[in-house]
Amino acid sequence: MRWLRRLAIVALFRPLARVFTGADIVGRERLPLKGPAILVANHASHVDTLLLLTIYPSRALDRVRPAAAADYFLKGALMSWFSRSILNIVPVARDRVATGEDVLAPARAALAAGDILLVFPEGTRGDGEAMTRLKNGVSRLAAAFPDAPVVPIWLQGAARVLPKGAAVPVPMNCTVLVGEPLKFGGDRAEFMAALKAALEALHAQAPPQRWA
Amino acid sequence: MIDTAIRFFSAQPPALIWGLAGVLGVLTLAVGVSALLPRLHPQKDYANLRQRIGSWWIMIVLLATALLAGWPAVTALFAVISFIALREFLSLAHMRPEDRLIVLAAYLTIPISYGFVAADIYGFYLVFMPVYVFMFLPFAMACIGQTRNYLPAASTFHWGLMTCVYNLGFVAMLMRAPNSEALPAGAAGAVFLLLAATEANDVAQYVWGKLTGRHKIMPKVSPNKTWEGFLGGWATSAALIWFAGPLFTPLSGMGLAILALSLPVAGFAGDVTMSAVKRDLGVKDTSALIPGHGGLLDRADSLIFTAPLYFHLLAYYGLEHF
Repeated sequence: MRWLRRLAIVALFRPLARVFTGADIVGRERLPLKGPAILVANHASHVDTLLLLTIYPSRALDRVRPAAAADYFLKGALMSWFSRSILNIVPVARDRVATGEDVLAPARAALAAGDILLVFPEGTRGDGEAMTRLKNGVSRLAAAFPDAPVVPIWLQGAARVLPKGAAVPVPMNCTVLVGEPLKFGGDRAEFMAALKAALEALHAQAPPQRWA
Repeated sequence: MIDTAIRFFSAQPPALIWGLAGVLGVLTLAVGVSALLPRLHPQKDYANLRQRIGSWWIMIVLLATALLAGWPAVTALFAVISFIALREFLSLAHMRPEDRLIVLAAYLTIPISYGFVAADIYGFYLVFMPVYVFMFLPFAMACIGQTRNYLPAASTFHWGLMTCVYNLGFVAMLMRAPNSEALPAGAAGAVFLLLAATEANDVAQYVWGKLTGRHKIMPKVSPNKTWEGFLGGWATSAALIWFAGPLFTPLSGMGLAILALSLPVAGFAGDVTMSAVKRDLGVKDTSALIPGHGGLLDRADSLIFTAPLYFHLLAYYGLEHF
């Protein structure tokens, strides 16, 4: 199914992203092309995942896999098929955290296999302005793969193209800002703080968004 | 294959072919200079200059191809340009989340406006945007029912549509001047001079300003613009239009003199007006679409003002059709 995914991203998502978002990218050369690597981005819209897949260089595309909530993305046959075959998600059973199950096992397996994992540590879509609290699962992944670069990415504008709950996408410019890679230094709380600071620094560089 | 190409090019007005060849010549010269400069000044970084020139190639090839292909291609190209420009503008301007669907409606006026160009209904084109869209969008916004900041929001839509869609559309409308007109290089030749003079004016103002600029002309809006750049660019572009005008337009005498004197001022006005908008919005570039240049609006700002002026002067002094 690899060819179908490539075809969908290159022939369908890329032109769509061009029309609906303009797909401006700052720091494209900082995107890792080899795994294991972790991309960490803010989350405001379904456009985020598609936009990130479309701006990725083709030669590394097969390796990029978004971590996504199993309870949402594996619901229903069509959604499941799309999530697995086209998005090639790494499922995270966020609703089973309380049961003590190791919900990050699939993500660790993906990193061990050399994939580039895309993580939205907010855990859900926000309003497109400030970030909500970051969940620290990403620091556990970084601790398990201390040599994997962790690349902070700010996605500006996607919430205006398709906000949570909206059905009709509206073309508005989006900017993807890719930051310098972070490395896990040994302390998880420190790492989360550095990650949050890196994301907020990128946010400050993003074009203004006057949407109120 | 080669025969077809020769036949195609020999069927084009010679002035247009020479004009396009001249532009490509200037660009090739710029490539030569940009290759030579790093050898003369090895410590300076010329990456931005090379990027700018690279982008010029793409823009010029796109425009030249459309001009040679005729009015349908120019109309389609400018509809796309209008869309990208409007998207840049609406993305940076103050927008209300309630107006998401109004944003969509604003985009939908583009195919209608350019549809009047394609159908060659000049009268409808003239009134559609400034009269009917002007009334309809605010009405649709009223129906949505959010009255907070209603007037600024309605005005923002109208400003964006008039500049990005209506004014730029005159370039495509000019392509509809029929062959029966006294156009020495066809409609494509007339559009060519508009684009070439507008961009040459931008470049001439920049070069004069760099070389001789001392006195700031609008320090609050465009701190890099100088009186020397403005006046030098004005004289250079006016001379260019005065001498090239008879080859590409039906104008002569008074009409041509007015065009030569007013077009460079309009280009300058478009540039600083868009600078004021950008300054208000707090950005330097409207996007990162064109490497080395910034956004599409950064490149098209002067054309937004020169296109209607050029069109109306040609229509008044030399074209029967409009």
